[in-house]
Formats: sequence, C-alpha cells, structure tokens
Amino acid sequence: MPIKHPNLHLERINGAIPAWRARISGADLQPICHAVRDGGGRLLALWGSDEREQGNGFVLHVVLVKETGLVCLSVALSAGQPVYPDISRIFPVANRMQRAAYDLLGIYASESQDHRQWLRHAAWPDDSFPLRKDFDEAASRSDELDSYPFVQVEGQGVHEIPVGPVHAGIIEPGHFRFSVVGEKVLRLEERLGYTHKGIEKRFESMTLQQGARLAGRVSGDSTVAYAWAYAMAAESIANIRPPDRALWLRALFLERERIANHLGDLGYLGNDVAFSFGFAQFWILKEQVLRNNGALFGHRYLMDSVIPGGVAVDLSTEGKRVLEQECIMLEQQVHILRSIYEEHAGVQDRFIGAGRVEPKLAAQLGLCGLAGRASSQAWDCRVQFPCAPYDRLDVQMAMHRNGDVAARVTLRFDELFESLRLQRDIMVNLIGGDELARTLNQLPAHGFGIGMVEGWRGEVMVAIQTDGEGHLDRVHPHDPSWQNWPVLEHAIMDNIVPDFPLINKSFNLSYSGHDL
Amino acid sequence: MYQILKQIIKTGIRTEAAPQPDEAMRIEPQRLQQQILDVFGGALNIRLVDAGSCNGCELEIHAVNNAYYNLEGIGIKFVASPRHADMLLVTGPVSRHMEVALKRTFDAIPDPKLVVAIGECACDGGIFSPTHSIGDKGGSYASCGKVSNVIPVDVAVSGCPPTPTAIMQGILTAISAQRREAG
Repeated sequence: MPIKHPNLHLERINGAIPAWRARISGADLQPICHAVRDGGGRLLALWGSDEREQGNGFVLHVVLVKETGLVCLSVALSAGQPVYPDISRIFPVANRMQRAAYDLLGIYASESQDHRQWLRHAAWPDDSFPLRKDFDEAASRSDELDSYPFVQVEGQGVHEIPVGPVHAGIIEPGHFRFSVVGEKVLRLEERLGYTHKGIEKRFESMTLQQGARLAGRVSGDSTVAYAWAYAMAAESIANIRPPDRALWLRALFLERERIANHLGDLGYLGNDVAFSFGFAQFWILKEQVLRNNGALFGHRYLMDSVIPGGVAVDLSTEGKRVLEQECIMLEQQVHILRSIYEEHAGVQDRFIGAGRVEPKLAAQLGLCGLAGRASSQAWDCRVQFPCAPYDRLDVQMAMHRNGDVAARVTLRFDELFESLRLQRDIMVNLIGGDELARTLNQLPAHGFGIGMVEGWRGEVMVAIQTDGEGHLDRVHPHDPSWQNWPVLEHAIMDNIVPDFPLINKSFNLSYSGHDL
Repeated sequence: MYQILKQIIKTGIRTEAAPQPDEAMRIEPQRLQQQILDVFGGALNIRLVDAGSCNGCELEIHAVNNAYYNLEGIGIKFVASPRHADMLLVTGPVSRHMEVALKRTFDAIPDPKLVVAIGECACDGGIFSPTHSIGDKGGSYASCGKVSNVIPVDVAVSGCPPTPTAIMQGILTAISAQRREAG
C-alpha cells in the first residue's frame, strides 16, 4: 500500500505499472494530497470525466506518484454543481490542469486563486464544455475575439515583449509575454492552447485500434512513448501481457526515440549558441538513425509500431547487424563531438549558468523528466517502476545538480550513451519467439486502466476508461510538459532575452502534447 | 579548433541530389510567370506556420535543413518574418485557435506568394478531424480541418509525416513551371 489514510480504500489496478485506485470524497482530497506531498510524492495528472449517464455525475481524477507507485484518486462531483477543493496550493502544477479541466468539462476548483481560461481561447463559449457527453458541437461555435488577462508588471523602465503564437523558427505555436528592463527578463508569462485540436473528444468516437494511432500523434516527437502508454493502459484493462519479444522491441523503439531526439536537441543547442558545426554534425547522426528506422521498421519516427497487445513490426537478424554497426558509429562520433562541445570556450560560456533551476525550486514545482534530473529530481520510471523488460535492464539514471543549460546538455549526453548501451543489451535478449502481439480487439466494459512510460522528455501517461460496451469512453493523455512549462517561466528570470531561445530549447517542451 | 576542422574534413560532403518536382502534388494551376519562377528558383524564402500539428511534420521540416537534404544549398531558406517570405508552409489541421494567426501570416506575405500544405492533416484534416462534421469540411469544435478551408493552397504534400524528400519535392513543385499535359 503506497499511502495510508483512514478513508482511503485502495484497489490494485492490474498492469505493468504499480498503481492503485480509490474513490474518495471531496473532503478527503486535500488531506490525502498533503500526506503524499509530505512523503515526497508528486502530482502527475488531473482530469475529469462525464459519468452522468452512469448516474455518477462528474468525476475528478487525480493521479499522484510516490516511490512505491501511482495512486489514482477519483472524486465524484454532483451533476448540478461540480465543484472540488483546490489542490494548486499543495501542488502548484495543478493550477493549469484545473483550469483546463474547467475549460473542457466545466468542473470547478473552489478557493483557487486563478480561474482564468487556459486551453479555451475563443473557439467555443465559456458556458459550453466540449468533453460533456451532451456537448452540441454545431451550437457551440463562437466567433468572438480572443482576449486574455496577462499579469502586468509595473515600474520604471519596464516594458513588455509579446512573442507568438507564430514564432521565428520552425517551432510549434504558443505565446510568450516577457516583462523586461533593458535586456533583463523580470517575468515571463506563457499562454498555451493554440494547438488545441480536440484530441480527447476524438478518442471518444474511435475504436481501440484507431485510438492507438491517435495516441501516437498526441506529440509526434514522443510517438513511441504515447503508443506504449496507451497500449499499457488497454492491456491493464484487458489484463493481458504482450509476448516477451514485443516487450523487448517496445523498449528498443523507446530507446531509439530517445537517441534520435537527444541527437537532434544536442545539434540545436549548438546552433542556438551560434555553433552551427554542432547542428550539422549531430543532424547527420540523427538522420542516420531515422534512415535505419525507416529501412528496418517502415517509419522514420516509428509511428504505429507499438499496438495494443504487442508490436506491429519485427527486427530481422540482418537488421540487428545494422543496429549494432550504428551503435558503434554513434558511440565513436558522439564521444568526439562531446569533447569538442566541452572544450569550446564560447559554447560553454553560453551554456553554463543559463536558465538555472535550483533543485529546491524544481522539487516545489514538480519539475520532471530529463529537465528534472538535471536539477537533482531523481525520477525515472524505468528505474522506479521498471516494467518489463526494464526489470531486466538495470537502467542507470543520469543525474546532475546544477540545473542550468549545461546540466541539461550533460544529461542528454549521459542518457544518449546509456540508451546506446541499453539498445545493445536489448538486442542480446531479442532471441527466439516469433509472436509479436496478443489479439486485443475489444476491451471489457466499465474498465479503468493506466499506463506510464519514461519518454525522452519525461513521464508520459495515458488513462483509459471504457463504457458499458467496452468502447473508449474517456481517454486522457498526459504530457510531462504540463509539469515543465511553468518551470520555464522561472528558469528565464534574471536571464537576458537573447538567451531565451537557448533556455527554451534546453527544455524542449511539447505544445501539442500539452494543448491536446 | 584542430578537432573541429578534423571532424569537418572526415565528415566530408553528405548532401544528396535534390528531388525533381512532382506535378501530382499540385492543387492549383501554376499562377506565376516563368520570369518570376526564374528569380524564385534561385532564391526562395519560406515562412513556416504550425497551425496545430502534432509536431511530427516539424521534425521532418527540420530534417530538410540537415546536411543530407541541405535545402539552403539550393538557395531556399526559412525566414523569421512573413514580410521576408515568398512562400508559406503550413502544417497541421488548422486549430480554431490558430485560424486568425494563420490568416494574418498569409496576409502579411507580399504578393506573389505560394502556399504549400505539409502533411496529411494539412491536406485533408487527418486523424484529428472527424468526417461527419460542421459544414462537411472536416473540422470539429476545435479544428477547421485542412488548410485550404482557411487559406488558398497551391501544392499539397501528404504523408504522416511526409519524408524530407517529399517536402522538398512539394516546395520545388510550387516554384517550377507547370508542364503542359501531352496532347
């Protein structure tokens, strides 16, 4: 049992990740959250579902992480007045999730200080909620103009720089409002939600298989992580375990996704400090990984390779040889490039000290994933909750305590080498067994399943609920960017505006994964 | 410095030959005269707008700048301002929250201009757009569906995401003269 509380009756959820579920009353939410936070736990995700048809009103779901596993709390809210106690004072990261839950479902955190809209801009009116089952799409179209009350910073010499939603480079859209004095940033306020395209609503009309494709497109750069987390949630409801070979291949895909993204980021981090040599070199390496993916698995980013029940593609003996060669080449090349980065005074001068997030602040705000580990937050699902095949891989967690751009660069190098080592180990274990997937076409009725995977950016979670016929009733994907976007606002403080692109890139957060 | 130079020399030139234009990608008849194309062909500036993609297409657009495809090597580059652009590249189903920003970016590009829709979602709304939707245009409460529902599109490049070669082909098709059908 991960936590004890007199009113908490935890039920184990089947599946690859240690997870428990409990239905609690609204009054118990804050005390339980307090207890989890005081024990070193964090808030992972918060969302709501419309269960009025089953007579349950609305339900708030809160997932907390402790070292022993996940705890999913479900709080029934009345259909007429769906209100729950605010938890953003316990977990600051809850703020935006609570606002999003209101925008999409109309459930409301009482006593919260901040009730501004978050994912809703002006596409639908504020008294209409897309994730309610009786949402009338045609009648809810709004053409009003968007406005948002940014926090104003006042004082002598303070001015604002608005940036976006269309940015200068090849990036996703979002708005940043800088309040600056001279070059120095006093405050950054983010506004996201521009890429909101109704993903959660789309899931509700999809079959299990279609949903797997959609899950793989919540955030394209983390397609394997999402597809795996989705499959894990489905397998948890169906209570089946994929064949061993499929699990090994999933881990292979996930590590290859990490390798490709880290290579790309290391290149762009060089580019952002005017070291275009770094971009040229790392992107040659990344392209080789992508080409091998394309040749061996049929997709450069491995989309749709992980399916509920197993995997859709196999690795041939010849393919194994190709990947072994690739490993040798990458290790050799990245070693050379790492020493060039480390010995380059100009590069290090820009990296060191930029965008620092102290470990204490990181813990308070719940910074997670790669950025969290660069600020001493020792969380990595592959280590804490090693689902098969990670239970046989002994993943070494990379850690740093400086929390600056340089630390996040170091983390990427360390994780890159570790992923190459894991890829080798995985291939050694990929022997025998031709079964790639168990049949999983239909889920049981009224199921609740959860999956969590350590993607290259951080923890990716997917929760699935099925209706009375076993169809997808509610699917909630959660991106680690929800945790890390608010921390970026702190990381930029007291830095200069021209360092923002570098600091932003060192986090490299997802807009699409957050905006849904 | 010695290490950097050594690495550059050892790496050599990786750039591959650019692909040929593909008329199948063209939606609108070529609107530009040969003289303009001759100028564009030598130097083209592109502004990208992600109108709501999953960021998969952005990954491949980044890749066209890598040493293998080396788009800049044939005189085509991405610019920060629509005022400097000749061509607009758009990815994603157009989210309703990006509709205004996309229209404004399009309007800010001086004429003559070209629009290339990149990826399945930009071409037909993709996986994010239900077929049975508002006005049969493939949108939803949050999405306007395909790019041509919002701004005129010259060339469409499908794929999820399209390969860097396909993206280059799309760009080159938009700035090539339209060949007349034989007969």
